Amino acid sequence: MTTDTTAAVAGGAASAPFRSHELVIEGRKLVKRYGHVVALDETDFEIRQGEVLAVIGDNGAGKSSLIQCLSGAVQPDEGELLVGGELTTLKSPVEARRLGIETVFQSLAVSPALDVASNIFLGRELRRAGIAGSVFRMLDKKKMRQEALGAMSELGLQTLQNVGQSVETLSGGQRQGVAVARAAAFGSKVVILDEPTAALGVKESGRVVKLIKDINARGIPVILISHNMPQIFEVADRVHIQRLGRRIALVETSQIDMGDAVALMVGAKTPEQLGLETAS
Amino acid sequence: MARSATDAREDERASIPAPKSPRGLVEIDGGARLTPIQWIERRMLSRPLIGPIAVLVFALIVFSIVSPNFGTLQNFSLILQQVQVIAMLGIAQTLIILTAGIDLSVAAVMLLAQVVMGKLAVAMGLPPELALVLGILVGVACGAINGLIVTKLNIPPFIATLGTLSIFYALNIFLSGGESVPYADVPGLFTWLGTGFQVLGTTFTFGQVLTILMFLVFAYILRSTAWGTHIYAVGDNLEAARLSGIRVNRVLMSVYIVAGLIIGVTAWLLIGRIGSISPTAGASYNLASITAVVIGGTSLFGGRGRIMGTLLGAVIVGVFSSGLSLAGFDNLWQEFTIGILIIGAVAVDQRLRKIGR
Repeated sequence: MTTDTTAAVAGGAASAPFRSHELVIEGRKLVKRYGHVVALDETDFEIRQGEVLAVIGDNGAGKSSLIQCLSGAVQPDEGELLVGGELTTLKSPVEARRLGIETVFQSLAVSPALDVASNIFLGRELRRAGIAGSVFRMLDKKKMRQEALGAMSELGLQTLQNVGQSVETLSGGQRQGVAVARAAAFGSKVVILDEPTAALGVKESGRVVKLIKDINARGIPVILISHNMPQIFEVADRVHIQRLGRRIALVETSQIDMGDAVALMVGAKTPEQLGLETAS
Repeated sequence: MARSATDAREDERASIPAPKSPRGLVEIDGGARLTPIQWIERRMLSRPLIGPIAVLVFALIVFSIVSPNFGTLQNFSLILQQVQVIAMLGIAQTLIILTAGIDLSVAAVMLLAQVVMGKLAVAMGLPPELALVLGILVGVACGAINGLIVTKLNIPPFIATLGTLSIFYALNIFLSGGESVPYADVPGLFTWLGTGFQVLGTTFTFGQVLTILMFLVFAYILRSTAWGTHIYAVGDNLEAARLSGIRVNRVLMSVYIVAGLIIGVTAWLLIGRIGSISPTAGASYNLASITAVVIGGTSLFGGRGRIMGTLLGAVIVGVFSSGLSLAGFDNLWQEFTIGILIIGAVAVDQRLRKIGR
């Protein structure tokens, strides 16, 4: 597993031409073990200011573990994590969120019986000003609904007209929209989307792709974990290819074609064969 | 009461400056049309009190027609007196069921709390005020024990409270020696909630007033505070709640403790209702409180329901009992009808839940 070539290629990422770019999150030699299984084997990670970074990898490549480390859901056993250039440990999703890292988990993490606004503000509800808020702990539902509506329409989710309706009355795409809007509304530093279109139809997937572009257009970097290659090549600036617990390549999407990306991902080709030293 | 809660909700909705589709619901992508049944289901999904209100109104109309003595204010006050203890326990039960839990020990906690009150005041001669507060604190402690077993030992609430049901009931028998404190020995403060006042020639009790007030307070808490929202979130989708940064175990723990507090107060209500302190009165209220919650439209699977539904559920049970008995039916038919109502309520809930998943 510790072939010198892949280590050199992956290690090259830090030294190669991207160094001048500001990194929002950086992971160095992250290791995560589950018993005997090594999910992350000294993997590196980086995302730059303002980019859309796709993370691809076969099942078991360590994508989920990587994302969980970045979102605070699990903690790496070894390695360093830097957020905004500072060494950080993310002990929980709450802590990650406090740092402006918002994640849309594959399971969506929405509460179906609650309404849209309550979902968007879940865990960080707004209270009324004055005695109503401080003594009677009264929620400012009106403000939350207005802001939720703002967050939704900012992302072009006009089909959703009533933020007071429960999430369970929404279609899959609209639920995804709620989860993404929540992340976009609070994700000041980076938004992580884990398989956002896995359960969606073509039309709804297209809408999510548009959401990603909209978030990115606001200058917020996006990490996109996906199996959908055409989608990745449509929205991502760079692609991080994860294999056997490591990052084997970090390439600009303009520098690689879909076939080669998949070949790297499944191990049919190596980065050297494609001459990727410079890009990764 | 139920009305005003629903209306308040309406008002909030109306205050959103958003265009509404004709039915107040967004058309699903592709503009799929809803059949009338689907439309009713969606309505019931967003307004869970519709079902219990419909059942109650139907029962009131039928029984008023059948028996002339049914539709009197005096009879309504009587029904409310009969169900107030179950309704109060139902508040505690609702909070726990909303978190996708269940509490089989509510009546045992209540009995233990009232026996402690009696023991302290009557046998040990403590001031009744102090005995009352300490008794209520016993309820709080029992709730905390249930909460600890559920959150720290990770034991499902059903099993945890099945265990504590036996433990608390046994303690209750141990402390009381299985004997009641007769009315003559019970301090006046303890039976105060059973006393009342006259309005329109009808007697109402302070216990009824307290029960209604408690429902209003908890309706407010569930609807208008973050804690209330978190209770729904924890019961609805535990993982989502956790990922949203809600400290799930803290919410659960607080719910069991608050439930214990409510049950402690209900112990006071029970003494007022029956006039003496009996270690066996209301032992069947464990299941009766669950019945009230379920008939009130709250989902046993958590995350869905309204506290006012529980008041309606308890009143529905009381109305059927009173109505059937005034119409000359044997008591067994009350049991029979309540069984049908429970199954009907859960069947509706199962159907509604399918829409949302």
